[in-house]
Amino acid sequence: MSTGLLDPPTQSPPLSPPPYGTRRRFVNTARTTVLALVMAATIAILLWVLGYVAAQGLQYLGTEFLTQTPPGNPSDPGGGFVNGIIGSFIVVGIATVISVPLGVAGAVHIVEYGGRMARYASFFTDVMVGVPTIVTGAFVYALWVVYFGFSGLAGGIALALVMLPLVIRATAEILRLVPTEFREASLALGITRARTIISVVLPTAISGIVTGVMLAVARAMGETAPLLLTVLGNDLFVEFNPTQRMSTLSLQIFGNAITGFHAAQARAWAGALTLIAIVLIFTITARLLARRGSIGKGRQP
Amino acid sequence: VSVAPTGPRSPLTHTRERLRRGDAMFHTVVAATSVLVIFIVAATAVFLVFQAVPALRQYGIGSFLGSDRWAPSEATPTSHKPNPYGILQFIYGTVLTSVIAMLIAVAVAVAVALFITDLAPLWLRRPLSSLVDLLAAIPSVVYGFWGVFALLPSLAPIGTWLSTALGGLPVIGPVLAGPFFGPSYFAAGIVLAIMVLPIVAALCREVFTIASVAEKEAALALGATKWEMLRMAVLPRSRSGIMGASILGLGRAIGETIAVTMVIGNDVLGISASIFHQGATMPSVIANEFTEATQPVHVSALFVVAGWLFVIALIVNIIGKLIIRRAGETIA
Repeated sequence: MSTGLLDPPTQSPPLSPPPYGTRRRFVNTARTTVLALVMAATIAILLWVLGYVAAQGLQYLGTEFLTQTPPGNPSDPGGGFVNGIIGSFIVVGIATVISVPLGVAGAVHIVEYGGRMARYASFFTDVMVGVPTIVTGAFVYALWVVYFGFSGLAGGIALALVMLPLVIRATAEILRLVPTEFREASLALGITRARTIISVVLPTAISGIVTGVMLAVARAMGETAPLLLTVLGNDLFVEFNPTQRMSTLSLQIFGNAITGFHAAQARAWAGALTLIAIVLIFTITARLLARRGSIGKGRQP
Repeated sequence: VSVAPTGPRSPLTHTRERLRRGDAMFHTVVAATSVLVIFIVAATAVFLVFQAVPALRQYGIGSFLGSDRWAPSEATPTSHKPNPYGILQFIYGTVLTSVIAMLIAVAVAVAVALFITDLAPLWLRRPLSSLVDLLAAIPSVVYGFWGVFALLPSLAPIGTWLSTALGGLPVIGPVLAGPFFGPSYFAAGIVLAIMVLPIVAALCREVFTIASVAEKEAALALGATKWEMLRMAVLPRSRSGIMGASILGLGRAIGETIAVTMVIGNDVLGISASIFHQGATMPSVIANEFTEATQPVHVSALFVVAGWLFVIALIVNIIGKLIIRRAGETIA
């Protein structure tokens, strides 16, 4: 580390500020201004994306969009994505039901029990976070779709695999924040370890776990790539049965966006706005929950 | 007062025994989920290879990396040579778009993180980091859609200018050769940069917050300006942390699918030096062709692509994770 700072000034006129001071101050102003401008540009891009999608989406978003299925011919105007919206919630619901119990149990093992297997699991959780979601989709295709066909359930499994490492990580992080004294107090009363975890540790961490799950749900809602290989899409009618091909909001946006028909793109913009709204509601609620219920803050009188 | 000794068959022992067994069962169940996580990663590798076997058997393992031409229509059920499913151009596309993305995203992310942790007024820090995090919440398909209709038209003047002004130069000329049509490696790289920016910025922010307060104050006390403080007390210690953050961001960029598919143009027929040319990446070709694959061993060949993508993503992520872990140890 070079420390030009510590070198004594070659000549120091006692009354006027040293000549290099102005240069240093100028460099400081210039660099900090550049950092501020980059920050502003980043926020501007966020506003550009949100503003553009809102401007395009609001032109078509309405009751028809939220209550109708798309027209049989994609170039026809009208119709909506109700089947996709319902499909998204069903598929993500399946994924949540699968991934949350597994994720919480995995985190409990990693944090509360430890040991060599737990360390491996922790490492493989990080590996799983890094697996591209399209590869997860291909995996579920090979594991499930090849034998049972495209279905909402297959999509739910794929999204569960996307969510699982996120849930494990978030839960593990929050479990580490639970004070050891809580566990010791419970164990000292002669309560078993399992009962301590279920009745003391997890309830203390619940708001953090809920936050992590909601962020994972938000992430799963926006996923498109793995669903392309597993639920395939179904633009014709509302499908409630998860053993059949389904549509999801993200798939319908993708499908309609790339058609080249103006009417289809109008629907896709409204869909994009709806999807962003759903994702943001989950994300923002999660952050608010995290702020209010964080361990160590606001609980003690 | 002593409690009467309890015999082996007394109710208390019985209860204790029952509790102990429940305890052990709970341990087994949570340990099983740990095993499941490891099993899932292993199963991913096994199932990808399993589906790729028909293509590998027909054309040989090495031949996929020996060609940059992907022409499923030339595949027949019996021919072995030449392999119509060359995947070199997808690896090239993945690397090129990720490099463009990282060149932009890392610089911007470091600047953003520095500004948030050390320069912004205190009341502004939390809102700013929440806003940057929001960039990560926007779904990939929305970025792709926005990219096609909002970003590509605005990139056109930049791309055209770059290609006409610098496209004729000797060394970098071929890289910037025009014409610029819109969908291109360049456009995909820009969209990827925006998508990985919040991830790299969040990790950098963590790295910068653990920089020693004492050293920062020491620098300021010696008369350093804010910038000098950042350059001398924050950045040098954070170098390996920034490196790890960048590599984890790179791992994300490599696997990004839908947004790239929408803005890269999906040219699967070869490698082009120019960043303004249309191309394809490993994820984009899978997303684009998987459900419409009709040629012999077409799906199986896509599984070969998925398998290599899995390998590359794993290597990049593990390296990033190790660097971050080591960086955390040296700083803390």
